[in-house]
Amino acid sequence: MSHDGITVNGLVREFKGGIRAVDGIELQVQPGEIYGFLGPNGAGKSTTVHVLTTLLPPTAGSATVAGFDVATQGPEVRRRIGAALQEAALDNFLTGREHFELQGGLHGLSKADRAARAVELLERVGLTDAADRKVGGYSGGMKRRLDLALALVHRPSILFLDEPTTGLDPQSRSALWGEVARLAKDDGVTVFLTTQYLEEADVLADRVGIIDHGRIVAEGSPQALKEQIGRSSVEAIPSNPDDRAAIEAVLSQFGEPAAASPKGVAVRLAGGSESLGQVVRALDGEGLQIAHLQLHAPSLDDVFLAKTGRSLEGEDEGDESRPPREEAA
Amino acid sequence: MDVETLREIGIIANRSVRRTLRQPALIVPTIVFPLLLLAINASGLDVTKNIPNFPADSYLDFALVVTFMQGGLFAATTAGTELATDIETGFLNRLQLTPLRAPAILVGQLAGAMCVAFLASLVYLAVGLLAGAHIAAGVGGAALLVVLAMLVALAFGGLGSIIGARTGSAEAVQGMFPLLFVFFFLSSMNLPRNLIEADWFRTIASWNPISYLVEGLRSLVITGWDGTALWRCLVTAIAISVLGFLGASSSLRTRMART
Repeated sequence: MSHDGITVNGLVREFKGGIRAVDGIELQVQPGEIYGFLGPNGAGKSTTVHVLTTLLPPTAGSATVAGFDVATQGPEVRRRIGAALQEAALDNFLTGREHFELQGGLHGLSKADRAARAVELLERVGLTDAADRKVGGYSGGMKRRLDLALALVHRPSILFLDEPTTGLDPQSRSALWGEVARLAKDDGVTVFLTTQYLEEADVLADRVGIIDHGRIVAEGSPQALKEQIGRSSVEAIPSNPDDRAAIEAVLSQFGEPAAASPKGVAVRLAGGSESLGQVVRALDGEGLQIAHLQLHAPSLDDVFLAKTGRSLEGEDEGDESRPPREEAA
Repeated sequence: MDVETLREIGIIANRSVRRTLRQPALIVPTIVFPLLLLAINASGLDVTKNIPNFPADSYLDFALVVTFMQGGLFAATTAGTELATDIETGFLNRLQLTPLRAPAILVGQLAGAMCVAFLASLVYLAVGLLAGAHIAAGVGGAALLVVLAMLVALAFGGLGSIIGARTGSAEAVQGMFPLLFVFFFLSSMNLPRNLIEADWFRTIASWNPISYLVEGLRSLVITGWDGTALWRCLVTAIAISVLGFLGASSSLRTRMART
């Protein structure tokens, strides 16, 4: 599939009262890439998606999607994108198949094409059996899957997914991840995915942009970002609590102290994860009994912590489920 | 209006009609409440026909069209509520992400309200005839009554849509209902204007456009083909419809900030 990706230059979106939800974002998403936009609630993720999908005009800066300017070529952009926004807004009184009729019809698909796409996409997201049931009776996971399928009805080259797995059970989340990965790999669809889940960004995204207070604070592949932060840490929990000091002395030979659980001792390994074997041999050499030994690889949360001084996990700064109403300053 | 816009209107109208018909909670009160009021008024106020110069032989004939007006009001609430619900749930964003033109959303939504008004009108007419009402303008007049009732629904629907689009709140639209009901009672709904004794009431009723809607519809039941009453009714309904549509379009454009 041939198309341009997404290019964003100095994008700003202000709301009434001077609230700057998006504050000078720069980013580039290559065609066929899955770009994870990671950040806590209120960071500016959804507002960015609303601007890139033409639902909100930018206050300043520019952005092109599929080669078209979001501010001046809205209809051209909309023809080429699919979007599953955070609300999974569906009509509870229509069936799944009727949603395809509606959405396909509005995208100008012929009746035969609409019917064929409905069959194909409902099958793909595992909703064939529920196709003729009213959506009001669907579970949250079914609604999310239908929402994703509807975003694909007109064969978009770029897909925006705004927190697509929020509130889903692990099984539904995993199924949705599989489908998103397949879309990028097999169909060459560019995916711009916002999430507040570290694991989701880590598993799905080719590259991740970490956003906080409307600004991108880090960007790169998940692996590269974690490598920027540094080395793995090892944590040992002694079998005998009296051995704690001895274990601390042994571990200190391998790196500086790191955060550990209340019963454990941890160090950040100066030699990286490769030195784990030496750690085990040293502990064994001193005759120390270890109840639990764990290697912690750096996570995207460590990246967030390093860049912002705060942890992403458990972060809740307010609901960004919907950007404020169009009230540009 | 081009073919593409008409096609889009058809798609939105189809959705609006389907979802309206699938909500008994919207349809049943629209039909039952006006008929209940008609039953109470026709039995309790029938003595009114003895007032000198009262224009009808029975209060049932006189009051029958009030059900059509109230049905139109319910339909208006439906139109506004449905639009507000689409805003609240984010469904409007789904529509905005398609090439759909804004006026098609509004016209399509109003089609659902007119569908309810059509169905309700048929029921009001049937119940009225079964109860002994007589349509002076005959079968053609009865058909025109239904058409005018749909036009009234369109007029009120535009007003409901303004509030729906502006507030994005179904509750706010429903809050409009009592306000419009006050306008109903300050019209010639319950008594002909020339028989209203209180000057202030008669003056308000004469300025109240709802009086002209009621009198146009009523003329088909109690008078026959009264050109003046029908002309005034038609002009009033079209004027409210146009103003309502323009206002709702403007509010929806503000709401839909897409580029």
